[in-house]
Amino acid sequence: MYDGGKIITGLIIFLALVTFPLWYTAASGDASYTPDPETPAQGNCIESKEYMNAWHMDMLDDWRDAVVRDANRVYVATDGKEHEMSLTMTCMNCHDDKEKFCDRCHTYLGVTPYCWDCHVVPNQQGRR
Amino acid sequence: MNVLSSLVVVLALILVVYLGVDKAGLTALFGTVLPYVAIVLFLGGFIYRILYWAKSPVPFRIPTTCGQQKTLPWIKPNNFDNPHNGFGVFVRMVLEVLFFRSLFRNTRTQIVKDGPKVGYASNYWLWFLAIAFHWAFLIVFVRHLRFFTEPIPEWILGLQAVDGFIEYGVPVFYITSVLLVVGVAGLLVRRLFSSQLRYISLLNDYFPLFLILGIALTGVLLRHYVKTDIVSVKEMTMGLISFSPVNPEGVHVMFYIHFFLVTCLFAYFPFSKLMHLGGVFLSPTRNLANNNREVRHINPWNPKVKLHSYAEYEDDFRDKMVAAGIPVDKE
Ligand code: HEC
Ligand code: HEC
Ligand code: HEC
Repeated sequence: MYDGGKIITGLIIFLALVTFPLWYTAASGDASYTPDPETPAQGNCIESKEYMNAWHMDMLDDWRDAVVRDANRVYVATDGKEHEMSLTMTCMNCHDDKEKFCDRCHTYLGVTPYCWDCHVVPNQQGRR
Repeated sequence: MNVLSSLVVVLALILVVYLGVDKAGLTALFGTVLPYVAIVLFLGGFIYRILYWAKSPVPFRIPTTCGQQKTLPWIKPNNFDNPHNGFGVFVRMVLEVLFFRSLFRNTRTQIVKDGPKVGYASNYWLWFLAIAFHWAFLIVFVRHLRFFTEPIPEWILGLQAVDGFIEYGVPVFYITSVLLVVGVAGLLVRRLFSSQLRYISLLNDYFPLFLILGIALTGVLLRHYVKTDIVSVKEMTMGLISFSPVNPEGVHVMFYIHFFLVTCLFAYFPFSKLMHLGGVFLSPTRNLANNNREVRHINPWNPKVKLHSYAEYEDDFRDKMVAAGIPVDKE
């Protein structure tokens, strides 16, 4: 083997890089962590849980457009119930602790919505 | 023909996983077994190919020289295009690997319009598409580490933030999603529309392009149009990483399509032209210093020649030479 030392070193660096997730999670020890967002004990979400899980960002986006562009503040859900289209007043009314709900999933997946640059995070004591 | 067959192969792969997951419910096969097989093939194949190449003899320096070689002190050498030492080679390799410098040259040969002369022109489109595609792919690949690390390291979040800088849409569009699709589609179009290139293109030139295009498009679909429960997806990927695989219910088949195409890419990688990932570092026309005139390179498999020098010859026959009156060096 010619220049074997250099080639083997390169190969080892490559292997160390591609196995990064393996040794990183082994070192952090959190591989089995799963987020459990705290949902209100009773009642239902605006739409089905499965739908909310996958599509809540688009729902919020549609709401935003409807309110800001068309001044339409009422959302009629699939089950016929009417909701005010509002991030802080509706979602955060039921899901009142952002840290124990939204953030748990978002941190797990590295999602950082920029909404909270402007929108207030309601605190638990009162003001929403 | 080659185009069609490679397209058909990719579509068949998609059909297989669609039928397998959606109709036959083989989530464990596509979510666990095949990914493990693919990663073993990838790592094993990669190591095998590199070691195989490393065994090739390098008797002599054969770098492509694109500048003035180091010579007399008053002639200016070009150490990056014609390196004569390790430093020059290092810089040349860095520029090659990170910026594809050799594509940024006059690599297009054509007959010049006025008169039957050959002219050389640049191929910057090729360079642009290649660099957009490769960098976008790398960044997309690194961003996906959010599914394979817990907690997610800060720098991955930083990379995401930079990539999503435009803040268009919810969830935000990434710049690299666009560049990746544009890059790989552009390279495919180039291959299809240049007749010389199409003439020399094989199945294994088109297949990776279609495969990667498929991966990119299904990825964009998953992020923006066909959503699924990503929390379950990460539980699945973390299960793979920690060797305790799970296959949660309710993950959309689009995810399995995306994942299976990536699985195929990994498995196919070491046995294809994609191995230029490792091969670029081993190309003797780039990674050798052009010091053929400075250093004596001895062919390592030259047979050992038994030498008999004049001094030894004289020792053997001195008395006879002296007797015959032939002059000798040593009395
Ligand atoms: C009327 C109260 C209420 C409102 C308003 C509400 N939710 Fe919910 N949400 C719930 C409940 C209750 C659940 C749990 C449903 C279940 O477990 O079936 C839930 C579940 C969810 C889930 C799934 C969580 C999980 O564990 O998988 C998401 C995501 C979610 N809500 C987001 C939102 C968003 C975004 C809004 C505003 C657009 C919103 N919710 C508005 C009550 C509400
Ligand atoms: C069940 C887990 C879960 C819960 C609970 C949850 N989210 Fe999300 N959210 C996600 C996931 C996953 C994404 C990102 C999907 C992606 O990366 O493509 C996301 C994305 C978003 C985005 C778009 C972010 C972007 O990239 O621009 C917004 C906005 C958002 N969520 C708002 C909320 C709000 C507000 C709440 C609390 C009421 C909430 N989410 C609760 C899982 C969750
Ligand atoms: C630049 C600041 C800013 C950012 C960032 C922002 N919003 Fe808003 N948003 C506003 C303003 C201003 C209104 C108008 C409030 C009104 O008329 O009631 C609004 C209204 C809304 C509404 C309807 C009214 C209400 O009470 O909620 C929704 C829903 C909404 N935004 C969702 C979002 C989401 C989701 C994000 C993140 C993806 C986001 N916004 C990011 C400024 C912002």
